[in-house]
Amino acid sequence: MADAMRLVAEALSVFRGERLVLDRVSFGVPAGGALLLLGPNGAGKSTLLRALAGLKRLDGGRVSLDGGEAVRPAYLGHQDGIKAGLTALENLRFAAAVSGRDPGAALAALGLSPLAALPARLLSAGQRRRLALARLCLSGAAVWLLDEPTLGVDAGSVAAFGTLLAEHRAAGGVVVAATHLPLPLPGAAALTLTAPAPG
Amino acid sequence: MRAFGALLARELRLAARHGGDTFGALLFFFVAGALFPLAIGPAPEVLARLAPGIVWVCALLAALLPLDRLFGADFEDGSLDQLLLSGLPGSLVALAKAVSHWLVTGLPLLAASLPLAVMLQLPRAALPVLLGGLLMGSAVLSLLGTACAAVVLGARRGGVLLPVLVLPLTVPVLIFGAGAVDAAVAGLPVRPLLLLLGAYLAACIPLCPLAAGAGLSGAVE
Repeated sequence: MADAMRLVAEALSVFRGERLVLDRVSFGVPAGGALLLLGPNGAGKSTLLRALAGLKRLDGGRVSLDGGEAVRPAYLGHQDGIKAGLTALENLRFAAAVSGRDPGAALAALGLSPLAALPARLLSAGQRRRLALARLCLSGAAVWLLDEPTLGVDAGSVAAFGTLLAEHRAAGGVVVAATHLPLPLPGAAALTLTAPAPG
Repeated sequence: MRAFGALLARELRLAARHGGDTFGALLFFFVAGALFPLAIGPAPEVLARLAPGIVWVCALLAALLPLDRLFGADFEDGSLDQLLLSGLPGSLVALAKAVSHWLVTGLPLLAASLPLAVMLQLPRAALPVLLGGLLMGSAVLSLLGTACAAVVLGARRGGVLLPVLVLPLTVPVLIFGAGAVDAAVAGLPVRPLLLLLGAYLAACIPLCPLAAGAGLSGAVE
């Protein structure tokens, strides 16, 4: 069973300060699979995503992709990571240079093409989120880690993002998402995290 | 390498959009330098004696100004997470930041030091030594500043901590850099002092990005 899994997390433990936020969390996601992280606020969903991304150091356990240690995921956190002084297209330039993909196509996929030359400062919160989603699609990473990806995004754009998620999964990609909103991820497994007991 | 170039291009484009920050450091340099003749009097021989030190100290303080925002803005809006996940090692992210700081702040300061030095009655013969020293010294300041900015990133009151951390590390730069100009004015050999400055730069080029990379991964935790 375990060798059919593409992304495997074994007994992940993470401390935040003195508090054990994740206590031996284990799961596996098959190629083309999706995992929804559920749980109340403070249960450690964002911490788990940051730990999977390699931004937060693991205090125990290991994460592997196809049996190897190098996961190199695409990550979208609470913050969009959009520079207000750059235009929508310029915001994607760096990600496009790293992956060698076409930023124009990513903008078009999320309906942002008409806004390409506009400074990101003039974009609404939802449009900035869509721009961050466009950067995610541009990454070409096998694993997408999403923290409330559709917060503030309108229904039409969520549907467009659903198409991109389906394409990513059809190509064997893996999605791990934490959300309180309905996400277009059919057949996704769920992992419920519980807030650890205080003390 | 392509990612490094793209990051550098992004930094320079951002600097061009926020031109006020760059211009602010230059204005500070001029205004701070112009205060000295007012405070110590306009006697040419006194000013000429103090000019090397004044130019160097002002350049050092002006280079400190943009450091606070070097990583701060990227840290707050989540861009730093994205940069560190791009596959570029943290040390190269830091090196790109240091290079952009030098291009955007160091080089303009170098150009601005010429009129300030003339204004402070520094003998013409010492100007090439001042510029040569500042060329290396400003690069050291960018590297040290980047490393310290990365280390204090995420700390509360990091903005206050930053100068306290950077300034002691810049003491050798100040001693060798201002000393070389003094030596040039006095007609003494300047080569040993400039070589020492170069040695300090050679040590900073590999060490500062490494320290900054470690600081960055600690900050995003």
